[in-house]
Amino acid sequence: MISYRFFSQFGQYLFLLKKCFVNPDKPSIYWREVMRQMVEIGVGSLTIVVIFSVFLGAVLTVQTAYQFTTPLLSKSIIGSIVTNTSIIEMAPSVTCLILAGKIGSSIASELGTMRISEQIDALEMMGVNSAAYLVLPKILAGTIMVPLLAIVAGFLQIYMGMLVGKWSGVLTQEEFMQGSIQYFIPFTVTFGIIKATTFGFIMSSVPAYLGYYTTGGSLEVGKSATRAVAASCIFILIFDYILAEILI
Amino acid sequence: MIEIKDLKKSFGEKEVLRGVSGVFERGKTSLVIGSSGSGKTVLMKCMVGLIQPTEGHVIYNRNIDFVAIEEKERKEIRKEIGMLFQGSALFDSMTVEQNIMFPLNMFTNMTHKEKLTQVNSCLDRVNLKGSNKLVPSELSGGMKKRVGIARAIVLNPKYLFCDEPNSGLDPQTSILIDELIYEITQEFNITTIVNTHDMNSVIGVGDYIMFLHKGEKNWEGNRKNVLLEGSKELNDFIFASKFLQEIKTKMVI
Repeated sequence: MISYRFFSQFGQYLFLLKKCFVNPDKPSIYWREVMRQMVEIGVGSLTIVVIFSVFLGAVLTVQTAYQFTTPLLSKSIIGSIVTNTSIIEMAPSVTCLILAGKIGSSIASELGTMRISEQIDALEMMGVNSAAYLVLPKILAGTIMVPLLAIVAGFLQIYMGMLVGKWSGVLTQEEFMQGSIQYFIPFTVTFGIIKATTFGFIMSSVPAYLGYYTTGGSLEVGKSATRAVAASCIFILIFDYILAEILI
Repeated sequence: MIEIKDLKKSFGEKEVLRGVSGVFERGKTSLVIGSSGSGKTVLMKCMVGLIQPTEGHVIYNRNIDFVAIEEKERKEIRKEIGMLFQGSALFDSMTVEQNIMFPLNMFTNMTHKEKLTQVNSCLDRVNLKGSNKLVPSELSGGMKKRVGIARAIVLNPKYLFCDEPNSGLDPQTSILIDELIYEITQEFNITTIVNTHDMNSVIGVGDYIMFLHKGEKNWEGNRKNVLLEGSKELNDFIFASKFLQEIKTKMVI
């Protein structure tokens, strides 16, 4: 029964994605909507990403140093650990988990409210492909902006990690940089961007699906938003593992 | 003109429409009346293709079966349809002007100046001149309905559907909205179908009235004979209010 429901919903999700890419009505209108969503998702999430990344970078350095009890290893390894952890996991995955809460609930509740207040019906009535007009710009904006936010997050985490290491006297700026460069693997950046792009797609398309097919009243809109956040987080974690298995 | 033939719709075991037929003529304000749950909204949504009927036909312009045609052809016909929703369904993120301009942006190649002229003319027609920059949250219920009507007529439609245009409005505003719909129907010579259970509308603007009861057409006629004849169910529906019961008593006396 559960598997039947899952596959039925998965089919409906794929159908929605297909509907998004078939017959978009007027490209100029969509372009404007994509831009609006990019500002909303990207610029709108910048504050939370900055705050989160600044403190996460600081905590990473302090806690890594705390576990570093042996004098046999060079302190520069702390810089290496902080840099690689940020690029490979913290910036793409953990940042996306935080963003899934903000962006996911916003997308699901916006589309859910539009559904129950017949705004989506109004679009369909006018002959507008509502999925293409409402969902596609959100998916495109999410897929483009989330990797950029992840890059900002990664940069801030590493930079804050370095500053906090210096301020707390754990290691010097030079030691941190030396460790970061010495053990740096360029593919981790590509891997991080691939992960963030995948998670950006998940965190915009899954909530869009749940919001678009909301039925009922305001209570159901709230439930859709909650389910959107939970489902996005679960799928991000699942794909985090799948991508790690495939790409590393 | 729109003709419906033996229209049926079921949701699972529940039969909501049980073979409804009727003709809605051009230039006339046709009303579909009935108590809550009688199938009015489902009938309207089947007619505009928002719900696929289980059986039956919806014939537009004497020869196009809206139920049988492809989605691409439906889209073309939908451009000739204007619809006013029960809750107005205005786009919250847009101003009044942007709401009304939306169909023009989507389906015409008019310049911004031409679009603005058309929007202002529609706003003028619904007596909302100068409210271009307001957002839906700043509008009263009656104003929202009027903006909804303006948006519905901006592409000069051939067909206008109104789902309970008077719901949630005071009697005076209801009459204004009814009169507006009636005038627009005459002025643009369009086919207008209104779902309502407002008796003022029935008596005021019903050129053709179809009474639905438990998903079936129970009676059809016009505003002149709706108070004088009809089935027991129709009389129970119409004279449900004490005010109309008193009128009926005086008519009998």
